[in-house]
Amino acid sequence: MLTALIDYESGNLHSAQKAFERMAAELPNEEVIVTSDPEKLRRADRLVLPGDGAFPACKAALVEKTGLYEALLEAVEIDAKPFLGICVGMQMMASFGHEYQTTPGLDWIAGDIRPIAPTDPRLKVPHMGWNDLVITGAHPVLEGLKNGDHAYFVHSYHFVLKDKAQRLAHVEYDDEISAIVSAGTRIGMQFHPEKSQSTGLHLISNFLNWRP
Amino acid sequence: MLKTRIIPCLDVAEGRVVKGVNFVDLVDAGDPVEAARAYDAAGADELCFLDIKATHENRSTLFDLARRTAEQCFMPLTVGGGVRNPADVRNLLLAGADKVSFNSAAVADPDVIAQSANHFGSQCIVVAIDAKTVAPGKWEIFTHGGRRATGIDAIDFALTVVSKGAGEILLTSMDRDGTRVGFNLPLTRAIADAVSVPVIASGGVGSLDHLVEGVTQGGASAVLAASIFHFGDFTIQEAKAHMAAAGIPMRMS
Repeated sequence: MLTALIDYESGNLHSAQKAFERMAAELPNEEVIVTSDPEKLRRADRLVLPGDGAFPACKAALVEKTGLYEALLEAVEIDAKPFLGICVGMQMMASFGHEYQTTPGLDWIAGDIRPIAPTDPRLKVPHMGWNDLVITGAHPVLEGLKNGDHAYFVHSYHFVLKDKAQRLAHVEYDDEISAIVSAGTRIGMQFHPEKSQSTGLHLISNFLNWRP
Repeated sequence: MLKTRIIPCLDVAEGRVVKGVNFVDLVDAGDPVEAARAYDAAGADELCFLDIKATHENRSTLFDLARRTAEQCFMPLTVGGGVRNPADVRNLLLAGADKVSFNSAAVADPDVIAQSANHFGSQCIVVAIDAKTVAPGKWEIFTHGGRRATGIDAIDFALTVVSKGAGEILLTSMDRDGTRVGFNLPLTRAIADAVSVPVIASGGVGSLDHLVEGVTQGGASAVLAASIFHFGDFTIQEAKAHMAAAGIPMRMS
């Protein structure tokens, strides 16, 4: 099985690549590539959209690469290949982002990307560090994940969903911050599994084992 | 609930750990990657590499170090030392750093923070502020390892770089660095209260109570220390247990 990490020149792909390679090596016949080539995306069995940076810049970078955006839509919307969005890659799944300006997202999960605005002035933005997950939904990718397990977050905007049933986990930061969202063959994580030590590596392994 | 972070900091020069790390049986106490792996296993919340002899010539050594660390440690990594421009940020991020720390380049031209944050996002731009007490309740920015005064007020500077897009402040008290008498708490408090972003307290840690004070009295979101961990005075888990016992939310493993 071939897992493609989509390279749209956003953020730190190297650590995501290494984390996926590490977990793929423990499974039979798994290969991981980093690519922006639409043809390679079409050959992939599952897709990962990592991401660091501002929503409008990431969306623009995704659309600007010739054929990349179309190949992504084809793979996920038509062929229903398993998809994992990480951080801004997860936020891309929303209807709209409101960072700097209003930018349409992929609209795979109804909702908006809004600024984190704690009422308690002692709570800093970015929401940066380890927070404990409150798990509210069941999913094969969450198998073995326990309430209270910690994940590493670093972000200033968060996903406000229209339908909270599409949220599988959140963390407390004054407000509830969406941590894991899903719809059909698509799943998104606001935190960085590739930076969340054993908890993160476990989730990556589960994603590689997911056969929806 | 978000947890307070403990960040061991490794000073490196020419790709080697300065002074070495002696808290576990490392084959090579001077290899930063081996030290990073040991801290990863010990449950550190983040790691920080500071290149204290950064020059243009040895840039590639630092990139290589970030790359090799990111290949083996699946935890957050901040890299600093001699970072001058958005191109340096990009190279370090591509190599595997999650956050990049500016120091003197931000003092010389705070707009470099805006350029970098606009490009890569505030979440990965740290500004390391080295400050000294010049009068009671007044702190000034010093550069060149604390030798050169700039006349710039530390609080004003912190507010400036945050307004330019810095996502975190790494605050080192130059009066305290290496003294083991504890953080400069009034300075830490003043900066933490002034800015909206997380502040990492640094400089002067000699005991576990100092780590507690940095958070409870200094208002820091994270505490950075070097020698108390490198020389095996305390383990990361001992530090976390001590802070948790003082009522600070910690990630225990």
